[in-house]
Amino acid sequence: MKKTLRNFYIALIFLFLYAPIVTLIVLSFNASRSRAKWGGFTLKWYQSMFRNDAILQALSNTLLIAFLSALAATVIGTVACLSMQAMKRRHRAVIMGITNIPMLNADIVTGISLMLLFITLGLRFGFMTILLSHITFNIPYVILSVMPRMRQLNPSLYEAALDLGASHMQAFFKVVFPDILPGVLSGFLMAFTMSLDDFIITHFTKGPGVDTLSTKIYTEVKKGIKPEMYALSTLIFVTVLILLFLVNRPSAVKKETQTS
Amino acid sequence: MKKRILTLLLLGISILSLTACGKNQSGENGEVVVYNWGEYIDPDVITSFEEETGIRVIYDEFETNEIMYPKVEAGASAYDVVCPSDYMIKKMIDNDLLAKLDFEKIPNAKKYIGQQYYDQSREFDPGNEYSIPYCWGTVGILYNKTMVTEPVDSWDILWDETYADNILMQDSVRDAFMVALKRAGASMNSLDETQLQEAKDMLIAQKPLVQAYVIDQVRDKMIGGEAALGVIYSGEAIYTQRENADLEYVIPKEGTNVWIDSWVIPKNAPNRENAEKFIDYMCRPEIALQNFEYITYSTPNEGARELIEDEDIKNSPIAFPDLSQYQNLETFSYLGEEGDALYNELWKEVKSE
Repeated sequence: MKKTLRNFYIALIFLFLYAPIVTLIVLSFNASRSRAKWGGFTLKWYQSMFRNDAILQALSNTLLIAFLSALAATVIGTVACLSMQAMKRRHRAVIMGITNIPMLNADIVTGISLMLLFITLGLRFGFMTILLSHITFNIPYVILSVMPRMRQLNPSLYEAALDLGASHMQAFFKVVFPDILPGVLSGFLMAFTMSLDDFIITHFTKGPGVDTLSTKIYTEVKKGIKPEMYALSTLIFVTVLILLFLVNRPSAVKKETQTS
Repeated sequence: MKKRILTLLLLGISILSLTACGKNQSGENGEVVVYNWGEYIDPDVITSFEEETGIRVIYDEFETNEIMYPKVEAGASAYDVVCPSDYMIKKMIDNDLLAKLDFEKIPNAKKYIGQQYYDQSREFDPGNEYSIPYCWGTVGILYNKTMVTEPVDSWDILWDETYADNILMQDSVRDAFMVALKRAGASMNSLDETQLQEAKDMLIAQKPLVQAYVIDQVRDKMIGGEAALGVIYSGEAIYTQRENADLEYVIPKEGTNVWIDSWVIPKNAPNRENAEKFIDYMCRPEIALQNFEYITYSTPNEGARELIEDEDIKNSPIAFPDLSQYQNLETFSYLGEEGDALYNELWKEVKSE
């Protein structure tokens, strides 16, 4: 009895979590454009999606901006953590507070202020302005995930490496970096997803002719979102699922062999 | 585990570097920056324009007039051609954002766009100096013949208690008040306090009968037979009829909103000449026809209408209603900041009742 209840509860949670995605996947195979009518099974939205240059361009923009901004933010954020680590406690607290503010700030405020800044600087709106703003809002997330790792690090390790004849660079890359790597990676992934997700800041800082997926989908609101977008979302979902599966599987196998 | 993540990252980089090779050639005759509604043009038209003129089109899209306005006003990026709706054009003219058009450089505009659409445009562009109609339509009632047996010809039916919980209203201030004001025989641009109070009371009285206040879900809900009556834009009506043959569209006898989306050129447009060429190209009958077939919103282009082969669509009372048949047709005009605030205040009262 207790077990059925438990299973039922879990099933309920999964239902709430995945019902929207399942609906979307089913609709991506619907021959009719309307969600209210099942027009038969079709793959035509997948075909037309791959032929639609605007969507593919938006997809590649989105991935490229997410990747580049996450990379840049990771480098900048990690270096920032290094120097904050060397600061006195009080200074560190002040700097930490300053880097946290943009995260708590509403997106629309960040978006508008970046737009105004770019106008004042006379920059031409386009790919670069989106990239710059994404790097800006990504940095705090990287710092947030790298800093705790850095705090756990024993400062003597670095000094010991220097004592044993390593150069500063060697000591950082061979001793410090491997220890903080999990924090750096999760910071990178967090920045990557934040950038993929973002609509508002992109909307204010994008120039004509450059679209990311979120801004592209939003422009379709007036005339109804095309099922091509459902097809694309389905593919993205499946890709993420496979990636997660690949990442998680070996560790699961390892654990099983350990317990047996 | 760490290595695996790194390999995945590397894989990501290589995929990205493959997809990143975007095409970015500049046209031999410069460029033109177009700001239009989403899904509001046949993409092939842009390609053919680029091939014929050698002008590169930088195409950008917006989803509401209110989102377009600050971007053009802030001047973050200078647009050459924009396609706002009626009342927004008035606001842009009032705020000195638009340039007067040189119709001699856009010969197709006078040749093919019907005079009645210019006449209708006078409500927001009194001298027909700033705008050239691109798409237009009416707002009316879409009803399901299997659920509504009596004839539908008046806004009154949206207050009929037999259809309680089967009525869909538009979830936007001006559209909702248009219905109530028209029903009361007033102007939908009314700023008269008593008329507006009356309209507000009507909307509050109607509220218990309304299934939902929606915008684009009217389409899907009506196709799925989830409601009997809905207020809808005529361009959507043609599409919904194709999906569900039981649906019928009427323009109520008390009159309604005739909306027009028109091409305009902002004052700060860097490529004026190319903008004129672009608008002229859009006014060509075969191009306008191509766009009409893609968008399904009515075209003001008489030449394009002549070219439509399907007689049913050519003479469709939904796509091309005879405007002279109806009385009290109006177009939204900009009410000014105080007017907007008044409407919003009353709408809030309706929604929170």
